[in-house]
Amino acid sequence: MRNRDVYMQTYKSNFLPPLLDPILFLLALGFALGKFVQLGGYGSYAAFITPAIIATAVMNVSIFECMFGSFVRMYYQKTFDAIIATPLSVEDVIAGEILWGATKGLLYAGIMFAVVLLMQSILGISLVTSPLSVLVVPFSFLAGLLLSAIGMCFTARTQQIDGFNFPMFLFITPMFLFTGTFFPLNALPWQVQDLSLAIFPLTHVVLITRELMSGALAVDAVWSILWIIPVTIFFWILSINLMKKRLIV
Amino acid sequence: MESSSWPSGFDERRQDIHDRSYPEQSTSIRRPGRQAHELIGDPHLVPGWWPATSNLEKLTNSTSSSGTASSLTNAESPPDLALSIAVEARGLRKEFDGLVAVDSIDFQVLKGECFGFLGPNGAGKTTTMKMIYCASPRTSGRLLVEALDVDTFPRETKAKIGVSPQEENLDPDFTVFHNLIAYSRYFDIPRRVAEARAEKLLDFVALKEKRDVVITELSGGMKKRLILARALLSEPKIVILDEPTTGLDPQARHLIWDRLEELRRQGVTIILTTQYMEEAARLCDRLIVMDKGKIIEQGTPQSLVEKHVAQRVLEIPAEPEVIIELEKLGSALFDEIGGRLHIYTNQPETILADLQKRHAILRSVIRDATLEDVFFRLTGRELRD
Repeated sequence: MRNRDVYMQTYKSNFLPPLLDPILFLLALGFALGKFVQLGGYGSYAAFITPAIIATAVMNVSIFECMFGSFVRMYYQKTFDAIIATPLSVEDVIAGEILWGATKGLLYAGIMFAVVLLMQSILGISLVTSPLSVLVVPFSFLAGLLLSAIGMCFTARTQQIDGFNFPMFLFITPMFLFTGTFFPLNALPWQVQDLSLAIFPLTHVVLITRELMSGALAVDAVWSILWIIPVTIFFWILSINLMKKRLIV
Repeated sequence: MESSSWPSGFDERRQDIHDRSYPEQSTSIRRPGRQAHELIGDPHLVPGWWPATSNLEKLTNSTSSSGTASSLTNAESPPDLALSIAVEARGLRKEFDGLVAVDSIDFQVLKGECFGFLGPNGAGKTTTMKMIYCASPRTSGRLLVEALDVDTFPRETKAKIGVSPQEENLDPDFTVFHNLIAYSRYFDIPRRVAEARAEKLLDFVALKEKRDVVITELSGGMKKRLILARALLSEPKIVILDEPTTGLDPQARHLIWDRLEELRRQGVTIILTTQYMEEAARLCDRLIVMDKGKIIEQGTPQSLVEKHVAQRVLEIPAEPEVIIELEKLGSALFDEIGGRLHIYTNQPETILADLQKRHAILRSVIRDATLEDVFFRLTGRELRD
């Protein structure tokens, strides 16, 4: 609630990323780079990376909201301390932060989806083919919950804001690159594919988003959902426990 | 407020406790929320330095004959003692990684009084406050807020308490007014009620003109006042103020004191920590002096001054010959503080005249004894041990 108010105050600068992000990525990677890329069985390269652009944006906005955003509120602004002196508890505060991270993911996905549709009609290229693709927007909320909860765990364990470099370069950047985002996962050795499926939430998010947008839903989407739900619950509970340890001394 | 009235108020309380004489009934009239007479019937729970039961009975009789409605009902049916206690701690203890921050302390805060925690940095004041408002779980002991255990009922406890923390934690993303509105939501206060209260409170803390200003543009004093307004949004029965005036200029400090006295008149229980003796003397009905996690002294400000130092203080430069002479004399109580001798005495003029016969004493000051002197005596003694 508090964060929504802040967001609405700064919405002009905050609305820019989800508007420009898909345009820039699609122009640079989809159309320019796409001229040199041929993917067997995936249609155009632009259509291949469109779901990935949305999924990675949801990841970035959700996980960073609960890393840098939450850390600033907790550490510099002491907002969490102020709130837990009211009838609200640490559980309430952390749940609010994670829900907000997911809500921001949902907002971004919604705006980006609209921009993609607009580009499709203006440029006359096929990026989104299935009516199922509308489900990408509500799904992004679940994806946002997962990534926000993970981000919150990093926040709970980080002593200084520079400490985020570790999860950023050891977790988020590899996740951005090696989860079937800009090239199909099966281009990687099978060990890496398995590892990616096992440890990177984005792999599952991209997989589901892509299958929804192309309309080619398969069994692996069910497995991915079954991976996402318990992992989300696990990190949600873990983040609350870590935060309690940190805030209540 | 009426600065002329408070010293006499302290005198009443001093008599109340020390001379065991019949206090003026104005004590109870001046502090309607204090409910001292409710203590009758359970004397074993009354701290030793609280008025003796017989005096309290007199007090009750006198107030009931004076005819105020509340005292009449109380006199007819003495209520449970627990009802008159806002906060009660027994053997309250807090350890951080083997370090004892609060060392098994006992205290009772009565409803409607202003109760002070005085002590240097690291004495355990803030930790005690945090335990009361559930921001820090105790290691052991008992801690009740209005007869409910704070760790078992954190939400209920926190709903009753308004907190003004030591560290400024206003929301920099919002304006002054919106800070109050955002905070009111954490208490589930309906928007309209919150807006009305926020406007009233901004008036109360003299921030009406800053209503739509961003927090970063406020001065330290304004921030502290806004935090006070924020603490009052939920109309709490108990207000906890952790060093409410630290770092403020005299004007800002007096404005806050003035507002706190107004709150006390309204019957709000005030618990405050402070490093300023002047603040404790002006505001507190009773206080605790803490050092290194322990309570080293407690009582009314006036009784502490009487007990530990004389009524007056003679300050002179600390010359070795004078110290030797005073030590030989043996009878004079004194401390050496920052190159000055503080001599506690009821006849400072006589001592000064006597010393001046043999020593050239420049820059002598004679003044009334304050809590600060008590504090130096207590912590000074501690250091010598």
